[in-house]
Amino acid sequence: MLQNFVPVLILFLFAAAFGLGVLLISSLLGPKRPTAAKQATYECGMDVQPDARRPLDVKYYLIAMAFLIFDVEVIFLYPWAVQFKSLGLFGFIEMLVFLFILLVGYAYIWKKGVLEWE
Amino acid sequence: MDFQLADLKLIAPHIALLGTALLVLMVEVFGHGRRRPEATWISLLGIGIAAAATGMSCHENRLGFSGMLAADGYSAFCNMIILIVGALTILVSSNYLKDERHEHGEYHALILLSMTGMMFMASATHLLLMFLALETMSIAIYALAGFFRTKEGVESCFKYFLLGAFSSAFMLYGIALIYGATGTTQIHGIMEQFTQIKGLASSPMALSGIALLIVGFAFKVAAFPFHGWTPDVYQGAPTSVTAFMATGVKAAAFAAFFRIFFVAFPATSPVWSQALWLLAVATMTMGNFAALAQRDVKRMLAYSSIAHAGYLLVGVVTATAAAGTGMLFYLLSYAFMNIGAFACVIMLGRRGADSTNLDDYAGVGFKYPLLAAALTLFMFSMAGIPPTAGFIGKFLIFKAAIGKEFYWLAVIGVLNSAASVYFYLRVIVYMYFRERPEAAPEGLRSGPAITVATVVAAAAVLILGLAPGFVVRMAEAAMSTF
Repeated sequence: MLQNFVPVLILFLFAAAFGLGVLLISSLLGPKRPTAAKQATYECGMDVQPDARRPLDVKYYLIAMAFLIFDVEVIFLYPWAVQFKSLGLFGFIEMLVFLFILLVGYAYIWKKGVLEWE
Repeated sequence: MDFQLADLKLIAPHIALLGTALLVLMVEVFGHGRRRPEATWISLLGIGIAAAATGMSCHENRLGFSGMLAADGYSAFCNMIILIVGALTILVSSNYLKDERHEHGEYHALILLSMTGMMFMASATHLLLMFLALETMSIAIYALAGFFRTKEGVESCFKYFLLGAFSSAFMLYGIALIYGATGTTQIHGIMEQFTQIKGLASSPMALSGIALLIVGFAFKVAAFPFHGWTPDVYQGAPTSVTAFMATGVKAAAFAAFFRIFFVAFPATSPVWSQALWLLAVATMTMGNFAALAQRDVKRMLAYSSIAHAGYLLVGVVTATAAAGTGMLFYLLSYAFMNIGAFACVIMLGRRGADSTNLDDYAGVGFKYPLLAAALTLFMFSMAGIPPTAGFIGKFLIFKAAIGKEFYWLAVIGVLNSAASVYFYLRVIVYMYFRERPEAAPEGLRSGPAITVATVVAAAAVLILGLAPGFVVRMAEAAMSTF
């Protein structure tokens, strides 16, 4: 039973070793000649304007949550699409129910004005 | 995973509630006019349909969806408790929400969604479905706890959310360890693995999994030492939501707790029943002694709900069919007496001033005799004084504990019950033996719906106390379906 998970353990160890290893090697071998421009938050592009530590408009959070939900909805559609034929009519109706529930949520946030940015 | 259309019948009550919740949301945004009492009636109608569907599916007595959930007498009884809790909560909330200017359909939708999760918890025979149901229930309640957006409400909501998420992680880790030890998350399958594989009952992985599951459940039912959130969350949340949390969450969590430990882990019962023994004793003792010191009635009821979790844990420790019968009866009577008590608390409050201090109850007995009589009845029932429902519930649970030779547990339970009489009676003493202050506000925050809920709850507490036979037989029949 537990032996089935040995590949997962190996993958886990390998991923950890790879991530830490790359960081370690680049910090050991890489040349370090810091300048003011290199130390900036974004080396290219515009200078960062005010401090990031200030209250953000709550609209950002609403949009972010709505985005997350519909983003995850789309991710759920992928495995369903791959297995569409073997799931058959049941899978199709099941997915319609899922989409319908999210559609109700969509109608709700639309009428509540979450999607308006004024 | 095979699917039969007939399995849909098993979740007909759940579908009815979910559909009603979506309908309420749509009426809220597409309906016209600013005052929308429709949400109350639509919700009650949906609960009625769900109750009818539960009645029709209770004789199915089988597992569905590849063993994910069961529709048996046990889940039907628990569903009925949850539906009663939901209906009473919605009745109690009607005037309260209007008075606090928070009459939104979202409140009803969240209650219904949370009830859907509770009902799935009661019927789940699969640890992952149980976990999903637990989250469905909890997330809706996190939002409800902060519904009024007062300072205390937001604190209550945030505290409950953070600690709840933390405890969910414990429970999920426990499920993962049990899956690692047994190779399945279906509770009948887990039971078979324990009987087939020698030494599994003493494997550290299985035992730590069970321990983490206990942590998760102990948090949800507010058992010592995982009760720290309860007083603040119960005090800060809207009073109607507190009533819903104290009764509904408790019913659902104990239903799942008992089913899982009764079905899946009988092989390891000597180990976990010892741990739960300690938990039960500590929970009721701590809850009662902390309640002694409270001068705020809402906070006192929060500690009292911890103590009641302790009595109910005695049922899980005993883990016999008789204990299950007692637990089911207790959960039902606790639903009536607790929501009834909170309804009285709501009626004595004002917009923006809950008036939950004991001094606010001085002289209520002569000013509002009917309300005081009802609250007296609920307090007697919580203290376990005959002829009320609370007495029969405690009697059944302690009798089952004695039947399995947990003598000390029963003795400590009865002593605790006696100690609790002090703080329940103190409310009555304030109501009848203190002068009402001159500056006390006039009038009650009352209305037809909350009156109906209080009268129904009071009648149920009396009927269950005087003639418990019918309901006890129903609970026994429910337990015989395992």
